[in-house]
Amino acid sequence: MILVWLIAIPIVGGLAAWTAGKAHEQASKWVALFTMVAEFALAVLLWVRYYQAATTSEAGVWLIQWAVPWIPAYGISVRLALDGMSLLLVVLTAFVGLLSVAVSWSGITRRVPFYFFNLLWILGGVVGVFLALDLFLFYVFWEMMLIPMYFLVGIWGHENRVYAAIKFFIFTQASGLLMLLAILGLAFAYDAQTGTFSFNYADLLEAQVSGAYGMWLMLGFFVAFAVKLPAFPFHPWLADAHTEAPTAGSVILAGLMLKTGAYGLIRFVVPLFPEAAVTFAPWAMTLGVIGILYGAVLALGQRDLKRLVAYTSVSHLGFVLMGIFAFNELALQGALLEMICHGLSTPALFIVVGILQEHLHTRDMERMGGLWASVPRMGGIAMFFAVASLGLPGLGNFIGEFFVLVGTFRVNAPAAVLGSLGLVGAAIYSLWIIQRAFHGEPRERWTLPDLNVRGMLVFAPMVVVLVWLGVYPQPVLQTTATTLRGIRDAVTGTVQYDPLNHRAVLPAEEAAVDTVAGEEGR
Amino acid sequence: MADIPVEHGLLVSVIMFSIGLIGLLVRRNIIFMLLSIEIMFNAAGLAFIVGSTRWIQPDGQVMFMFILAMAAAEVAIGLALVLAIYRGFNTLDADRASRMQG
Amino acid sequence: MLELLWLVVALPLSGFVILATLGRRLPRAVATVIGVGSVGLSAALVIGTGLEFLSSVQSSASFTQHLWTWFQVGRFEASVALRLDALSLVMIFVVTFVGFLIHLYSSEFMADDEGYSRFFAYMNLFVASMLLLVLGENLLLLYLGWEGVGLCSYLLIGFWYRDPANGSAARKAFIVTRIGDTAMAIALFILVYQFGTLSIPRILERAPEVYAVGSGIAVAIAALLLGGAVGKSAQLPLQTWLPDAMAGPTPVSALIHAATMVTAGVYLIARMHTVFELAPVVQMMVAVIGTATMIISGFSALTQHDIKRVLAYSTIGQIGYMFLGLGVGAYAAAMFHFMTHAFFKALLFLGAGVLIMCLHHEHDMFKMGGMRKYFPVTFWTFLIGGGALAAVPLVTAGFYSKDAILWYTWSSDKGNGWLWLFGLIGAFITALYTFRMIFITFFGRAKAKPNHSPGMRTQLPLVVLAVLSVVAGFVYLPETMGHFTPFADLLHTVVPAVPMEHVAFSTELQFQIGTALVPLLGILLAYLMYIREPWAAKNLAKDRPRAGIYRFWQSGWGFDWVYDRLFVRPYYYAARVNRRDVIDALYTLLARITQGLNILLGWSQTGRVRTYAAGIALGVVVMIAIMVFA
Repeated sequence: MILVWLIAIPIVGGLAAWTAGKAHEQASKWVALFTMVAEFALAVLLWVRYYQAATTSEAGVWLIQWAVPWIPAYGISVRLALDGMSLLLVVLTAFVGLLSVAVSWSGITRRVPFYFFNLLWILGGVVGVFLALDLFLFYVFWEMMLIPMYFLVGIWGHENRVYAAIKFFIFTQASGLLMLLAILGLAFAYDAQTGTFSFNYADLLEAQVSGAYGMWLMLGFFVAFAVKLPAFPFHPWLADAHTEAPTAGSVILAGLMLKTGAYGLIRFVVPLFPEAAVTFAPWAMTLGVIGILYGAVLALGQRDLKRLVAYTSVSHLGFVLMGIFAFNELALQGALLEMICHGLSTPALFIVVGILQEHLHTRDMERMGGLWASVPRMGGIAMFFAVASLGLPGLGNFIGEFFVLVGTFRVNAPAAVLGSLGLVGAAIYSLWIIQRAFHGEPRERWTLPDLNVRGMLVFAPMVVVLVWLGVYPQPVLQTTATTLRGIRDAVTGTVQYDPLNHRAVLPAEEAAVDTVAGEEGR
Repeated sequence: MADIPVEHGLLVSVIMFSIGLIGLLVRRNIIFMLLSIEIMFNAAGLAFIVGSTRWIQPDGQVMFMFILAMAAAEVAIGLALVLAIYRGFNTLDADRASRMQG
Repeated sequence: MLELLWLVVALPLSGFVILATLGRRLPRAVATVIGVGSVGLSAALVIGTGLEFLSSVQSSASFTQHLWTWFQVGRFEASVALRLDALSLVMIFVVTFVGFLIHLYSSEFMADDEGYSRFFAYMNLFVASMLLLVLGENLLLLYLGWEGVGLCSYLLIGFWYRDPANGSAARKAFIVTRIGDTAMAIALFILVYQFGTLSIPRILERAPEVYAVGSGIAVAIAALLLGGAVGKSAQLPLQTWLPDAMAGPTPVSALIHAATMVTAGVYLIARMHTVFELAPVVQMMVAVIGTATMIISGFSALTQHDIKRVLAYSTIGQIGYMFLGLGVGAYAAAMFHFMTHAFFKALLFLGAGVLIMCLHHEHDMFKMGGMRKYFPVTFWTFLIGGGALAAVPLVTAGFYSKDAILWYTWSSDKGNGWLWLFGLIGAFITALYTFRMIFITFFGRAKAKPNHSPGMRTQLPLVVLAVLSVVAGFVYLPETMGHFTPFADLLHTVVPAVPMEHVAFSTELQFQIGTALVPLLGILLAYLMYIREPWAAKNLAKDRPRAGIYRFWQSGWGFDWVYDRLFVRPYYYAARVNRRDVIDALYTLLARITQGLNILLGWSQTGRVRTYAAGIALGVVVMIAIMVFA
């Protein structure tokens, strides 16, 4: 039942914020803030309460489950469940949600109640996506986070908002329909095997559709998630949507929406279609590597600071894609850690850009420069997150990328080697941000206030968490270990997976005995 | 009654339908277009009656009743539309009401 | 005392945290106390722990302090653990001690700077990272420090951020070294894959059991590690960043770009020596790269005008000597040269810093001259430092360390005559450019007047370092001179002794006399060219082809030019051209096609009811026709 609360709090809160806003505009802010504080408190409590259980539970056992029938004739039910991975992502959602409410505090002036309604409904949808364990329900939540986001970008965005909103909508909607087809196809396949309809995740896991049909279904899911991720070549929506969205929109897009894509890959694509996923893995990794490198080049070319930050996501999520399709624990852990750290560092950069834009009324880096002198605190903050984004050891992002690369190296050395070139690319674009915006002589006379205490309070938790994840990520790793091992076993356990197929250079030799691997299967 | 071959009845129906259709296509005055549509309805009705007589089944006549009812309703709505168009465009020329051009 | 090892790292780190969070609100005096004091305490602790460590050296010869488990995934785990052994002891001693002196010096040098506390915050972070690099028990922790010092180097080179030139020098330093770091990261991937751990002692223990000498993977690992070392230590072909790095404040150049960070590559190779021994090809490469770098940088140093750039090229060259020592298996000698070099090169930078500080930030040697009169302390200490750099025989530390390397280059099983010969040529050039610098700067007619004279806090470090530049040489005396070798004995608990046949006493003596004479010849030539005939040098570079060569050397053998055209410009060009993203254009094309279809179909929408009716009629006719005839 607590899972229902997790979803219901933002949804009810959203309605309440809308209604309260009719009486008094400012009231909706406070309602939204209160809602997210409650949500965050609940999520953290859950983590504390279930931390032990998550670290010790068996693979495939849910920490909490809740289900009621919805359309029994077709085996559709409202089925929610929580395991280590979704627990962590829910905590992230609550945190980023809180953050997004905080950054909307003074920047939004038009139609405030409706704004907070949309904001909270997106968050409700995201939590739903992370908890839903019925594929039909999953699709419902998937769409539920899409439409309020469309409004958020389309109504409160910047100059080119309508174009960006429609582009975002078409990309995600079209790919979502492919997923719907794949979900139906999977349900039909299950029906053909057992004679009953079911959209239950656990049932569909049994279906194990193979061959060309399985491949097509897998691709249906994959495209939907790859668009959200966004993987090359499905990334063009991202730059426009991130750039044109209001700051809170960018924060949620980068911090959460992209993670739903990665979550979908881990939760659905790999376990539901292990065979197809293994066949497809080299291609997926190739897309990941291209994303890493191409995103880095794209980012460097931008003049618009927000667009630059947006493209860095393409690069970072490339690591996630690569890690997921390496099918070993280390790489999966890395992918998850990268998701979380990216979910903190990139929104922070977006907030910095948002503040700059609020005061300078431009995002053009050609017009910035020398801001360090007037806003040293913000410079320091920007420096910290730029450095986090380039993967400095000691901060969480590095651990994520390192795990992904080590894990990938075992199965696909060339991909890992090419991917690690992304570290150089990341250094180039991250330092470029600092150089262009904060260093150098000021190109125009800007006067803008430095961060005040409230501003620093917004960033402080992210700084602390990134450092924490960089020097002691163990609590996070342990929370998700069971889940991710289950995912890995879904691949290595059911399919004759021969990692040597696309392992390029190193023969296993005697050392294989001593590798971490053991887990690699045969 | 029995002397009239089915073909003749159908032929009359076809002729009437063609007249209606041609009228619909060539006239620009909406009133006349409505009249043409009425003619086409009646042509269809006649065809039903002829069929009904040929196979000695009541269904065709039932259908004709439907057509009558529908024609009445259609005239009511049609004339209302005509009035609305007249108010809006100050003319009864159908071609002038072409705002829906793509 | 040994249990306090963690404090050695924690003190500067907390100094950084305090200065970074509160720095701007603290009064300067407090910032000074925190910034300098944290490193000073750390240095004191190092001496304390070092003495205890030395007195309790046992067979294992190392002390490991496990702080906490960093992470554990499956069977792959890494801890945050510090490991003290002879090698890291030498390093942390140099880092904290020289670091403290330079911090002290900076408190005067940077006194008027608006970013005073920011400077000390970065410097403290640097010291902490460097200590972590050295003390890290596993390669990942080492890598953490490795990247950390790189970041600090970036921050400090670009410290005066208003000038875009400083910014681009800083970015160049970070990005070029990161290319090397990426190679090193790949080496780590292989090591994890092969050993399932990154713990240095365990890898060093297992590697010889797993790999035969010269086996492919060992070569790959060693070559990739070498890539990292080459980047950090500014050796060929990644040496281009160091001369530009002189854009930072002079104490930074002294600490980071001379004494400590740039020698991290030397440390890495010494640390992972077992892997390099398993890959003789790569070890040979180390020696060859070192020698080539030394020669190339020597010629570049000969032609510089900026006093700091002379020192930068000489740093590259001296690290080349260390690489040469590592390459021939003389690890102790290389570390010895590291230590003496840290003393005398820090001294030279700080001395140059005094001139720069007191001459309105003038860097050009040719605009100084005659500075002997104005800065007596600086002159004498600079002379001692220069003598050590040039390896003036018997009285300077530099002579003993350089002699050790050259001697082992000849006598080691891994060395050969060619390397030795080039090493000797390098020594000659070193002496030549060092005394060119000294003669131009301190002798002759004064062309500038200092605006103030240096204070106590800058002079004291100079004197201390000058003393060290002399006496540090006496801890490792060769066989011919008493064979007093506590330094080498200490290091040989960690690294192997030089593999060599026993050579006759007289042979060694002959070589030493050669090594001693060559620098003197260099100094003599410098004297002739820059004191006796001051015009000789200028005339030499007057003619067309020679002027070209002069400029070629001055520009660092055109590496920057080539890299710029080969990598930098194409990359930026690709980024700029693709600003609007070709992939996006594909989707836009799709949208345009859809719009085109829309327009085409839109034509059928005339808005005339009669057209639609005709369409319906026509459609019905067609359908009936199909039904009837088909």
